[in-house]
Amino acid sequence: MFENIFSPETLTEAWGIIQSEMLFALWETLYITVIATVFSVIIGLPIGVLLVVGDKDGVLPLPKTLMHIINIIVNILRSVPFLILMIMVFPLTRLIVGTTVGTTASIVPLVIAAFPFVARLVEGSLREVNPNIIETAQSMGASPFKIIVKVMIPESVPSLISNITIAITTILSYTAMSGIIGGGGLGKIAINYGYYRYKYLVMLVAVILLIVLVQVFQSVGTHLSVKTDKRLKR
Amino acid sequence: MIEIKNVSKTFIVDGEKFDALKNVSLNIEDGDIYGIIGMSGAGKSTLVRTINMLERPSSGEIIIDGKNMNNLSAAQLRQERKNIAMIFQGFNLLMQRNVLKNISFPLELAGVKKAEAQKKALELLELVGLPDKAKAYPAQLSGGQQQRVAIARALATDPKILLCDEATSALDPKTTKSILSLIKEINQKYKITVVIITHQMSVVEDICDKVAILENGVVAEEGYVTKVFSQPQSEIAKHLVYPDYEGGSVVNADYGTLARIVLNGAVGTPLISKMTLDLNMLINLVSVSTREIGGVIYGNIEIGIEDKNAFEKIREYLKQYDGITIEEVR
Repeated sequence: MFENIFSPETLTEAWGIIQSEMLFALWETLYITVIATVFSVIIGLPIGVLLVVGDKDGVLPLPKTLMHIINIIVNILRSVPFLILMIMVFPLTRLIVGTTVGTTASIVPLVIAAFPFVARLVEGSLREVNPNIIETAQSMGASPFKIIVKVMIPESVPSLISNITIAITTILSYTAMSGIIGGGGLGKIAINYGYYRYKYLVMLVAVILLIVLVQVFQSVGTHLSVKTDKRLKR
Repeated sequence: MIEIKNVSKTFIVDGEKFDALKNVSLNIEDGDIYGIIGMSGAGKSTLVRTINMLERPSSGEIIIDGKNMNNLSAAQLRQERKNIAMIFQGFNLLMQRNVLKNISFPLELAGVKKAEAQKKALELLELVGLPDKAKAYPAQLSGGQQQRVAIARALATDPKILLCDEATSALDPKTTKSILSLIKEINQKYKITVVIITHQMSVVEDICDKVAILENGVVAEEGYVTKVFSQPQSEIAKHLVYPDYEGGSVVNADYGTLARIVLNGAVGTPLISKMTLDLNMLINLVSVSTREIGGVIYGNIEIGIEDKNAFEKIREYLKQYDGITIEEVR
């Protein structure tokens, strides 16, 4: 399939497409990824917190049935393949955005797919907090709410940053799939030109840009995580 | 005053009941430095955690200055806990906050204004001898320094009680001494009641006025340190006070009666030599140990003697000395 990929005609043609569409696609991908991550964290963080503090040994034990329900919902959403989920949430997308196709519309299924993932990541981060430090805060008369906002979350910031970085890169790869339902971005370019119209060079460039984005997000995330971690200060 | 009244605590581990505390009663007076000592698993940590209700007793009551801790609402309990500070073996500082912010943390919880909290934190940092570490992070400090910061943090809310849960167990002997003298200084300066949980005899000897010895969730012995450590009655106390105590099986048959001479305060004469000459009696020296408790020398001399008759003779002889007694071991 890659035989005439670097022939002069394809090169000129691809260059034209790249010039006219690639920059905008890159911008769209960034836009979708960032907005979807922000909403996933807004929804996922509190749920992750609940999963930890609501435990029977947590700082704010919640009814067992409620914890069961939260866990089951998170697990169900995590187990539906993203491609199927995108289609299944069409009614919700229409309700929120007014349409089921397009760039903004693709944010809704992304958030639905990513927030349970973020919740689990947040849960993991918060469980790393030394329980003795939480007990110490309790011994000082800290309320469960204060323990969450002043101890658990601040103490796990480095871990939260590195986990949210994982979430961003995952969401980024999901945005590529949302090209199928007309979500814009690099994924749409890769599918439209590479898969439907056999312009593999364009697809290759789009994929390389996605790889570069992942690298950039990961490097920045790792750097921030290390930089904020005061345990590593020597 | 802290009154621990008939406190029991039962844990259920893997469906099996485990009695961590069995009907423990203790009174801790204001201003005391009270030691609770025992082997690991004796229930010490559980006991100290019932005082501030980090561990709710299964039965029994904790009464602090007349207030029953069991019956407080969650909000009242949080309020009350500001009067009961606690320090731990692992220091438990907030690792992502610098020293100053760690110390002002309890004040922040209490809603004290930031500037005021910072001023107080700096004063406390001065008190614990680390004025130049305000901006440092816990990971940059040694264990001893971290415990000093933890002590400063504990004092931030002007507590009436300081609970120390194995606070020096992770520290080397020299640092332990300096932390203990800091605790003593705080006890005297601020009249704070201190409860110390430890498995180290030296800690109790160094700073405690009173001690309770805990074994298998039961108080085996309790009272003034000078009394308990110079004349231990219970088996566990004897084990703690005489680390080599095995019930005394080292004496041969000719000197089969084992006795212990107890010294309360230093003796001016070469006691044993003089006694053997005066009584014209041979004795077998089994073990000698002396220790300083609260500035006074206490000692135990275990001797093997011929028979009961010899024991009576020695007892008569020792009557001329104040504070020296003999007791039969076997």
